[in-house]
Amino acid sequence: MREVIIVGSGPAGYTAAIYTARAGLKPLMIASSVEPGGELMKTTEVENFPGFPNGLMGPDLMYAMQEQAERFGTEVLMDDVIEVELDGDVKKVKTGSGETYEARSVILATGAAYRELGLPREKELSGHGVSWCATCDGFFFREKTIAVVGGGDSAMEEATFLTRFADKVYLIHRRDSFKASKTMVDRVLQNPKIEVLYNSAVAEIKGETKVEGVVLENTVDGSKRDLELSGLFIAIGSDPRVGLVQGKLELSEDHFIKVDGRSSKTSIPGVFACGDVIDPTYRQAITAAGSGCVAALDAEHYLTA
Amino acid sequence: MSKNATAASFTEDVINSDKIVLVDFWAEWCGPCRMVSPILDEIGAEYADKLEIVKVNVDEEPHLAAEYQITGIPAMKVFQNGKIIREMVGAKPKPALLADLEGLI
Repeated sequence: MREVIIVGSGPAGYTAAIYTARAGLKPLMIASSVEPGGELMKTTEVENFPGFPNGLMGPDLMYAMQEQAERFGTEVLMDDVIEVELDGDVKKVKTGSGETYEARSVILATGAAYRELGLPREKELSGHGVSWCATCDGFFFREKTIAVVGGGDSAMEEATFLTRFADKVYLIHRRDSFKASKTMVDRVLQNPKIEVLYNSAVAEIKGETKVEGVVLENTVDGSKRDLELSGLFIAIGSDPRVGLVQGKLELSEDHFIKVDGRSSKTSIPGVFACGDVIDPTYRQAITAAGSGCVAALDAEHYLTA
Repeated sequence: MSKNATAASFTEDVINSDKIVLVDFWAEWCGPCRMVSPILDEIGAEYADKLEIVKVNVDEEPHLAAEYQITGIPAMKVFQNGKIIREMVGAKPKPALLADLEGLI
């Protein structure tokens, strides 16, 4: 049996791994088979992570975190957790490849998953013009007209990034102002290829086999109009990944894993949670990393108590 | 081992193949593609008698990417007798990919 299993491999997971590994707990990290490294793997330049005055690429930051965690003895497994048993002194974690691992404690750092618009054609046209990943799919929209939906930092980053390829990028936002940081908003407003459509929501995605346009609804007066597009990038935030622990751990009203005060302690002793899966507010790489540290220290305390 | 197809070899490698062929459209700069690629190699090796995996680098083969209307990668298109019989988009874990291929392998 192991001392600690960490589920998830974003900044929270890796920070928890670095701390528990340095404490000699030989953590096992189950990192996911196709999305190890978490959300930062889909970003480009990260300019606000302290210690990197010239910025660095999101994936490079995650590879560095992995290297640091492994240096102190973290075992990283590229597999997916499909089931957890958290009650009792021995926690069990079952993976997609059919293995079951046991540990005295579990740290959940499962992060958040992209939110969908919830429109009828959205899923069918995913990969046919509807995308959640500008860095993956922007390449295919050279000299095209496309749109980004959203008003936060990730929407600003995607819109700016996509101007490398597209001739024209509309930024569709429900409100008349952005909640994104000022630096990111300024960059968007100064970019001649980006046109911001305020007070606008996507009411319908059009196109038989690929995206051909959208119907925009004015969120103030309800009026509708067509907009021709080849691509629609959705960046409207994310929802905590709590599927594994639904009905097993207490969740908050807005469906994040509930933790005790500033700690990482969940409703079950020996089970800790950190990162975006507990954070409805800040959701930054650095706050997730800080929260991963808290979980590691809480787990260490639990194991030695 | 998986083959790399070019515009010149696509007809022979994919269209005229006797086997079912899964074409994986990918690129170096696509993180999810790099994760899914070894999983596809594994599936190709395990079901070598029924399925062949062929990779198309969209940077090097933009015409193939355009012909098959690729707008997001990884994109996987399954060919039988020269026709697309199934399509998958996005990186998925091995059990999910196997489920997508159910009935074919």
